[in-house]
Amino acid sequence: MQLSANVLTLLPEYVLCLTGIIVMLAEPLIKPGSSRKPLGWLALLGTLGSVAATVYQLSIVRSIGTLHAFSGTVQADRFSIFFHLVIACVVIVTLLSSLDYFEGYASHAGEYFALVLFGATGMMLMTSSTELLMVFIGLEISSIATYIMAGFRKGQAASAEAAIKYFLLGSFATAFFLYGIALTFGATGTTSIASIASGLAASQTPLLAIVAIAMIVIGIGFKVSAAPFHVWTPDVYQGAPSPVVGLMSTAPKAAAFAVLLRILFGGYPVEHAKWSALLWIIAALSMTIGNLGALLQRDVKRMLAYSSIAHAGYLLAAFTALPQDGISAAAFYTAAYSAMNVGAFAVLTQILGFREHARNRDDFAGMAQRHPALAALMAFFLLSMIGIPFTAGFFAKFYVFSGAMHAGYVWLTVIGLINSGVACFYYLRFIAAMYSVRETSAQEVHPVRVAWPAGLSLGLVAAAVLVLGILPGSALRLAQHASVQPTQQETAAPAVLRAKTKIVR
Amino acid sequence: MALALFIIFGVLCVAGALNLLFQRHPINSALSLVVVMMALAVIYWTLGAEFLAAAQVIVYSGAIMVLFTFVIMLLNAGEEERTTGSKAAYFVGIPGVAGIIALLTYIFLHEKAALGYARLGGSLDTATSNISEISRVLFTDLLLPFEVTSILILVAILGAVVLARREQ
Repeated sequence: MQLSANVLTLLPEYVLCLTGIIVMLAEPLIKPGSSRKPLGWLALLGTLGSVAATVYQLSIVRSIGTLHAFSGTVQADRFSIFFHLVIACVVIVTLLSSLDYFEGYASHAGEYFALVLFGATGMMLMTSSTELLMVFIGLEISSIATYIMAGFRKGQAASAEAAIKYFLLGSFATAFFLYGIALTFGATGTTSIASIASGLAASQTPLLAIVAIAMIVIGIGFKVSAAPFHVWTPDVYQGAPSPVVGLMSTAPKAAAFAVLLRILFGGYPVEHAKWSALLWIIAALSMTIGNLGALLQRDVKRMLAYSSIAHAGYLLAAFTALPQDGISAAAFYTAAYSAMNVGAFAVLTQILGFREHARNRDDFAGMAQRHPALAALMAFFLLSMIGIPFTAGFFAKFYVFSGAMHAGYVWLTVIGLINSGVACFYYLRFIAAMYSVRETSAQEVHPVRVAWPAGLSLGLVAAAVLVLGILPGSALRLAQHASVQPTQQETAAPAVLRAKTKIVR
Repeated sequence: MALALFIIFGVLCVAGALNLLFQRHPINSALSLVVVMMALAVIYWTLGAEFLAAAQVIVYSGAIMVLFTFVIMLLNAGEEERTTGSKAAYFVGIPGVAGIIALLTYIFLHEKAALGYARLGGSLDTATSNISEISRVLFTDLLLPFEVTSILILVAILGAVVLARREQ
């Protein structure tokens, strides 16, 4: 049976979206007050289905090449498949670790599972779209879903603050992104990423196009919390529920980086020198501000928020590299970062629980005695964030910095390496706190019971971080194949014709 | 003629937007938003986009503003209180806005010659129908974004229900 291209290209998105709708419709059928866990399992099943659909897409793409659908607004290639897999894995881990999170606390856990699926649909649409308007709609779906989930600890003032702050600043960022799209259309006469490059060559207003890139970079910079657009990050991560932070600090960022890769390397390759200079500044600022900020934090979630700003900086450093190194380095870093960050927050979810009793570094003192397994996993993820060999973080940093070196950005590499050294300090300080011996009074210790789904998710993430650190080969190969895609111009011809006819008419 | 209309309604639009910011009562802000929407509609119309102008009036100035007013009335929102806690708006916001406006002004003045040729509304003056042009693009090339917007709205509805519902 051969499915039509319109079905095949968006198969993972259809599966996720349909499961989301089923979860949403099934929610009112469950008695109020009873457990919402079955809906979580249903959501998990849907995500596994979308992974299967993505793998099926990969086999098709391997045999007949890139799939195009809906008048060239979306395409399925190795690039989109790579990011689809990253997003789906993050969603699986999040769902598994949050199955028991809302038990007994929130009556709206059913909607949570639906929102996770809808958000993931939006993120996947972003990675597979080749049309800026489609990117915009996908970005909005994923953003609105995460704004709402950030406010899911409804009784808590911090959670409401997080949701409002995230919503206001996120909408502000969206306006920049939208203005960038409008200016791109003004300068090149098209919003299709593939035909922007040729539109740019014929453009009478090249300066306008550069402002358009800057606006798009600012818009995406907000979403990936790169400095100087990072101010919302610590407050939002502190207030939002831990599993949601695990999701929103990884999957939407992966999607946003994918979009940025496609737009910059696919749409604006001509202006590489200009936008890589812009990203040089943003990367250096993010690394420095992120790491210095993290040094000052006592709250664990805030520390990880600043650390994620720093990681966005390392990742953006990959954008300054030449296309052949840069795209695969950035893709690999995204996968590695997603694995270790979602892992760290999955551990935090288990330790903190819904009420979040212990949040400061001091509260974690002696954690290794009380919960040796959780402490060991946390230490492992933090070591990976430092970039210790045999973890995913090592190869991720290695590829990024060697890519930046190849492109001749020695100073950026130096700044990055110094920052990695600074980062060691606060990660190790936290690990040392966990492994320090401290007498704890009985009422201070909150019982932590790790349910088996959460344990399974932690095991899966740890395995992923380890495998990416020991055998990066297969993921890197997929990333390298992926890197060929966004610069390919095979869709350019019909799209350009379309754009031209529009202008002539 | 077009230039005179543009100047009048452009100024009106900016003035309405500023008034929206400076008014303290939400209902006054909402009403100045109506002014902005209507002025924008006139500008669309002078550019030759009649359909967009009509949609702007019906959807934004009509439906959405009515909703805004309803919400403000139902919430019984009083005059806002200004906090003096954060000076970020003055030290970062105002220079930032000034910088962006200066940059855009420079760009548009610099590209004046090229933009003059583009004749934004020019192609729409002729016999081509505005509505058929928009619907052709919307239902062929951009069909997917148009359809996927429904998921966006679904997510927003779901969120409104979740956040507004009383905890049991």
